[in-house]
Amino acid sequence: MRTPTADGERHFDIGQLTRVEGEGRLDLRVASDGTVAARLRIFEAPRYFERLVIGRRPDEVLDIVARICGICPVAYQMSAVHAFEDLFAVPIDPAVRTLRRLLYCGEWIESHALHIFLLHAPDFLGYASALEMARDHLELVGRGLGIKKLGNRIVSIVGGRPIHPVSPRVGGFSRAPRPHELDELRAPLEAAIAEARETVALVATLETPPSDREPRLVSLRHPSEYPMSDGRITSSDGIDLAPGDWGEAFHEEQVPWSHALQARAADGVPYLLGPTARVSLAREQLHPLARAALDATGISPEDLRRNVFRSIVARAVELLHALAEAREIVADYQPPLVPLAPWKPRAGIAAWATEAPRGLLFHRYEVDRAGTVRRAQIVPPTSQNQAAIEHDLALFAPEVLDLPHDEATHRLEQLIRSYDPCISCATHFLDLRVEHDR
Amino acid sequence: MAEQRRPRVGVVKLASCDGCQLTLLDLEDELIAIGQRFDLVEFPEATSRRSAGPYDVLLVEGSISTPEQLEQIVELRARSKLLVTIGACATAGGIQAMRNWSNEPEWRASVYPNPEDVESLATATPVADHVTVDAELRGCPIDGRQLLELLTALRLGRRPQLPDEAVCNECKRLGRVCVLVASDLPCLGPLTATGCRALCPGYNRACYACFGPKDAPNTVSLSRWLGDGRAPAEVDRLFALFNGYAPAFREASERAVAVMQPATRRRAGKGEKAS
Repeated sequence: MRTPTADGERHFDIGQLTRVEGEGRLDLRVASDGTVAARLRIFEAPRYFERLVIGRRPDEVLDIVARICGICPVAYQMSAVHAFEDLFAVPIDPAVRTLRRLLYCGEWIESHALHIFLLHAPDFLGYASALEMARDHLELVGRGLGIKKLGNRIVSIVGGRPIHPVSPRVGGFSRAPRPHELDELRAPLEAAIAEARETVALVATLETPPSDREPRLVSLRHPSEYPMSDGRITSSDGIDLAPGDWGEAFHEEQVPWSHALQARAADGVPYLLGPTARVSLAREQLHPLARAALDATGISPEDLRRNVFRSIVARAVELLHALAEAREIVADYQPPLVPLAPWKPRAGIAAWATEAPRGLLFHRYEVDRAGTVRRAQIVPPTSQNQAAIEHDLALFAPEVLDLPHDEATHRLEQLIRSYDPCISCATHFLDLRVEHDR
Repeated sequence: MAEQRRPRVGVVKLASCDGCQLTLLDLEDELIAIGQRFDLVEFPEATSRRSAGPYDVLLVEGSISTPEQLEQIVELRARSKLLVTIGACATAGGIQAMRNWSNEPEWRASVYPNPEDVESLATATPVADHVTVDAELRGCPIDGRQLLELLTALRLGRRPQLPDEAVCNECKRLGRVCVLVASDLPCLGPLTATGCRALCPGYNRACYACFGPKDAPNTVSLSRWLGDGRAPAEVDRLFALFNGYAPAFREASERAVAVMQPATRRRAGKGEKAS
């Protein structure tokens, strides 16, 4: 609802945000001079994961942190497992490293397909949900479900099940698949790669609202790989850090309107994580098929980076990348000689960042000599994107606030969904409320 | 078959990870058909169309952990003919229920610089502690096949056929090597309700009780077995996970939390329960 108040300020209240993972709402305060302040109110119930892992051992932590998010449990397991293995100097079989990339590709495929086809596409095509969209676009929804199913299947074969996989352990995997178990993936990967190429071309033709901003981008970068579990934390303006040194350039702050701590760079300027940041910063490392598909869209790097609504294109390019990389890993798969390396704990700080589907995910654990966690810090991508979302909403809102309320709400929700926010992750996230004041 | 009115279904989330409701979207081969046979009137994660009820069936994910959720669940119950909890959080409290034996204000202050801005109850409790629950799906996360069985049964108007036997039974039928006996892994399979097709033993891991205790589990006996060669605290902590607040596991979990987080311990008094 829209409530004018005595001093000419205006207030919008838009109900719970939908087609996002978790619960949140948005407050917009519009001052009488027309400037807008946006506040993402994340009221997802706090679950205190940073306390829940205290007193636990590394392998228990992998099981616990997976439960932060049902959509990206692998990301939580991967940031944690790399942190511990780095501190304990565990020698990891190269085939284990490759198998972890396959597992992570599976999660990117599942998560990106969910967002592109089931959550985000209905915005562009004018439906309330994928199920309603299926009445007119059955083939499109079916394609999305098929690709999503393939991602889940990859995670299931490697990890045991699609949600909260069980095989990742410090040192490797409790069990590595036998080569024949991956055979069933070959034909579906072939088919999905063709469909994902068409999807990149299709989403590039979707009409986007006008949007122009110059975001600071942050992503892992690695000389020879598309950023996933390894590389350095880099930004579009020169940050270059080891994956455990996130805290040297960024910090978390609490804002009174949110259960999610907000992460900020040292200078307070918001930054953007996720597919748009990765595709922009690591374009050279994209699989040749994914890069060719992106080039063929004719979308310039500037347009991709500056238009928030183009994120669906970046996500589709990454979907294609993950499928193409998965195909190569499956084709060349040799089981690890040492699926589970032995390790010994040591006291110190275990810290690492990997690229969750939604962006950089940083974990830091202080552990004692027995390997028991004494302190923990977990910084999910949505916490880090919050400030950028609020910044973009404030820029974008003046263009839509004079539209009818339902239309304004829809356009603002569309902007928020472009970030694929995961509110379950960020709590410590969306309704839209607009307040006009001051 | 005569045309039936499609049941009005709601899917809502409390304190949880989204994984159990995602299991519905993960039924990729059946999702379109489910959308044709059920009217998904409320499912904020998947659709912008909203409905405040009434619902023929409400699927509830997550535990009760904020004052708002406490009010919400009572209202939701009043608007639902059948209420089904999905997953370990809604059914047993979830991993976040480990705070039920701790000093929640201290936890809150350790995570949030300004704890007064955070709305939270001292406890995270199962839905059945607050309102009548008609059926429950176990698991962390729930199993897609069990969800499909529940939906099928609802559509046909029969009781869902959900197994209530130990992981152990299923593990034996699948011909797996027993990880408890052969590898001395601390497996909770003998006590744990199945639904996972004995997943962890198949991946060379001890069952960690994602589906919670089966009917009448002999916790004392298995704990004694597992205690051979392990310190009591090592056995206790096995229970203090995703179903640690289930009544059959509660005593062991409380002891485990006291050892793991000695500084923040408080007694779980009945008066402090948020019902």
